Amino acid sequence: MRRMIAGAALGLMSLAGAAAAEEYPERPIMMMVSYGAGGATDFQARIVTMTSGNEDALGMPIAIINKPGAGGRVGWNWFATQADPDGYTLAAYNVPHFIAQSIKGGVEYSTDSFEPIANWGADPAVFVVGADSEFNSMEDVVAFAKENPGKLTVSGAGLFVGHHIAALQIDKAAGTKMAYIPTKGGGAAAMKAVIAGEVLGGINNLSDAFRAQEAGNVKILGVADLERNAFLPDVPTMMEQGLDVDNSSVNFRGVMVPKGTSPEIIEKLSATVPEMFANSRVAKKMEAGGSPMHIMTRDEVIEMWAQRQQTLNELLAGL
Amino acid sequence: MEFIYYFGDVFTPLSFMLLLGGTIGGLILGATPGLSPTMAVALLIPFTFQLEAAQGLILLGAAYTSTVAGGAVSAILLKIPGAPANIATTLDGHTMAKQGQGARALQLSFLASAVGGIFGVLLLIFLTPVLAQWALAFGPSHLFWLAILGVTVIGTLDSASVVKGLLSGCIGLWLATIGFDDIMGAQRFIFHPALGGGINIIAALIGLFAIPQVLTMFAKGRHNTGAEVIEVQRHSILEAFRELFSRTRALSIGTLTGSIIGLIPGVGGQIAGLVAYDQTKKFSSEKDKFGTGHSEGVIAAESANNAMVGPSLVPLLTLSIPGSPTAAVLLGGLLIHGIFPGSDLFDNHPDVAWTFINSMLIGQVLMCIFGLYVAGLAARVAQVPQSVMAAIVLSLSVFGAYSVQGSMGDVYVMACLGIGMFFLERFGFSAAPLVLGLILGPIAEANFIQGGMIADASVGKASYFLTGGLNLFLIAVVLASIAYSVWMELRSRRYTTKEEAQA
Repeated sequence: MRRMIAGAALGLMSLAGAAAAEEYPERPIMMMVSYGAGGATDFQARIVTMTSGNEDALGMPIAIINKPGAGGRVGWNWFATQADPDGYTLAAYNVPHFIAQSIKGGVEYSTDSFEPIANWGADPAVFVVGADSEFNSMEDVVAFAKENPGKLTVSGAGLFVGHHIAALQIDKAAGTKMAYIPTKGGGAAAMKAVIAGEVLGGINNLSDAFRAQEAGNVKILGVADLERNAFLPDVPTMMEQGLDVDNSSVNFRGVMVPKGTSPEIIEKLSATVPEMFANSRVAKKMEAGGSPMHIMTRDEVIEMWAQRQQTLNELLAGL
Repeated sequence: MEFIYYFGDVFTPLSFMLLLGGTIGGLILGATPGLSPTMAVALLIPFTFQLEAAQGLILLGAAYTSTVAGGAVSAILLKIPGAPANIATTLDGHTMAKQGQGARALQLSFLASAVGGIFGVLLLIFLTPVLAQWALAFGPSHLFWLAILGVTVIGTLDSASVVKGLLSGCIGLWLATIGFDDIMGAQRFIFHPALGGGINIIAALIGLFAIPQVLTMFAKGRHNTGAEVIEVQRHSILEAFRELFSRTRALSIGTLTGSIIGLIPGVGGQIAGLVAYDQTKKFSSEKDKFGTGHSEGVIAAESANNAMVGPSLVPLLTLSIPGSPTAAVLLGGLLIHGIFPGSDLFDNHPDVAWTFINSMLIGQVLMCIFGLYVAGLAARVAQVPQSVMAAIVLSLSVFGAYSVQGSMGDVYVMACLGIGMFFLERFGFSAAPLVLGLILGPIAEANFIQGGMIADASVGKASYFLTGGLNLFLIAVVLASIAYSVWMELRSRRYTTKEEAQA
């Protein structure tokens, strides 16, 4: 008897859940971005969510809330511990950042704390040098680094972000030891260090480096991705230049919800959100801003997270 | 002279409407505690999605200019600096308002803002290529020395004694270490999740300046309300003009300091006002009047923080590097229309570039006109009875601190710092040096670590930090500043007895 009541209760609950999911969303949704207003993640998040109020998308607008600090840790800590898993609180993720941070510890989240919904962008890390630098290919860079161990200064946006991962991978692949200089103030400060000649080279976002190259300030020597990028068809990948560097450092950006969100809501979101990203208005704005798009479904993201977790575990084990 | 050719674009009906709207809206947003210029511009970005590139930037440019100036309103009338740029304005501005001279303080601040602002934009127009090189010249070692220069100012800034000034500066430096360290990711003094991101500077500003004042008002109790209703003096705009131009020293020091410091990426906006205030004080013949409602203080601080607006955009417009958070938001406004700052902007979209710059020029004038118009009305705030005023300032403080990041954590931080500051003030400590420590701490630390890492990989720390023309120049200025403070301290000891110094 007790079992029957429990079963009935469970059935009722799942019914209620399904009903709630059918009506979902009935009020505006909030999306947390763990970087400040004006940053690349914030900027892209605002573009890709701008059509969510349309009837064919979620039918409700998504409002962006910024919780910046400590390289994203503040926002993701908040999301893992305090956000309600009711489907009305989404967050933007940055891979490999949050996975690398969770491996290094000191934070309250890991890949198990979140449920991915969909991926909208992939911004590969690129190797840049000043416009008047004597380096013209990764070969020159590696040769210099081999001759002068520890002397090749390379700027990047911080420790355990995509830029740092790319530097570690280059070191591992070429057997070099570069002096990685994390800057405060993100990719912009790291780029400034390259342009001003404070460092010999830098690792930066493809989108920012593309703009800096257009402005005639830097040369881009290599892309840390599996294929060449549509924005930079002439720049070879690291692999083409003989460095075994895969796409582990590519900065994937997408949407996730906290663990514990009802499966119905996750299903609804993961069906609608990728289509929302595919909207032509979104694509036009993203391209105009020099932001590479890469739409992935929930299943693809789950697989990508698992791969990253494994690669980063190995890469960061020795640090 | 290319910019004159594009002046017409600013005066088309829609553009001018946007300019007016941006200016008035910016003044209101700027006067609201907690809404910094960065936030105001970020709030306006979605509106520019629907506009043409040039028109969108007119809106953003006008809003940026006028929010910086609008911050003076709450700084003067309520002693809540809306942004770090307005800290120095509270020092003399609020004292003037308490003496019934709020109208005069506001008029002077808007006029000084306009003069500084126009100078800054003209620098942007005529000297951009030269200035871009200058902005790049500041590497980690130079920024480190610049921050140390700021630290030497702490002792002499608005304190009864140098020792107390330095002590409160140290408290600020300590507060600045709270949170995840930005470079290494180490956790320091995080006792509560709200502190993970460190102490938010705007929440701290509101707490340190506004809350002690609220507590003082409450502490007085109800018995003397009505007894000290301040008579708000009217002040003619013409007289404000005359006064401004008789204070040429404050005006020119403020404008020049603001333009030079505004140019340096990552530092500029936050300390321009304070450094200009301190420099003006040192060169003034009426040093003792600073802090007691002296108009030179307001003029220097406000001309500096608006002069910084134009030059702070140089790294963005020429090198595509946003040098300040506000510039980063403006970059988003450009990218959304597919325009890349840098040579692309001036070569292929000169209409956008120059219309944007022109709109900031005209925005300064409009901002000044509207500011002067409201100054007389706004100054009546001082007539509100203290008990009511305390409630208003307290609720605005809570609202302001909450709205920075939509987080109650910032409100708790504001309240704790405010209560702490209330007691510190009883012992003769002052908030301005503490805030300066809070701002400069991270700049000095991050640049020292970063410079140290570069130095270790190249020439070694000693030669990296201690050689090179700019390093030596900055070190010399630091030493001069310390020597000056010591000399002033000794001189004032000779002329004042111990009892007077303590009073």
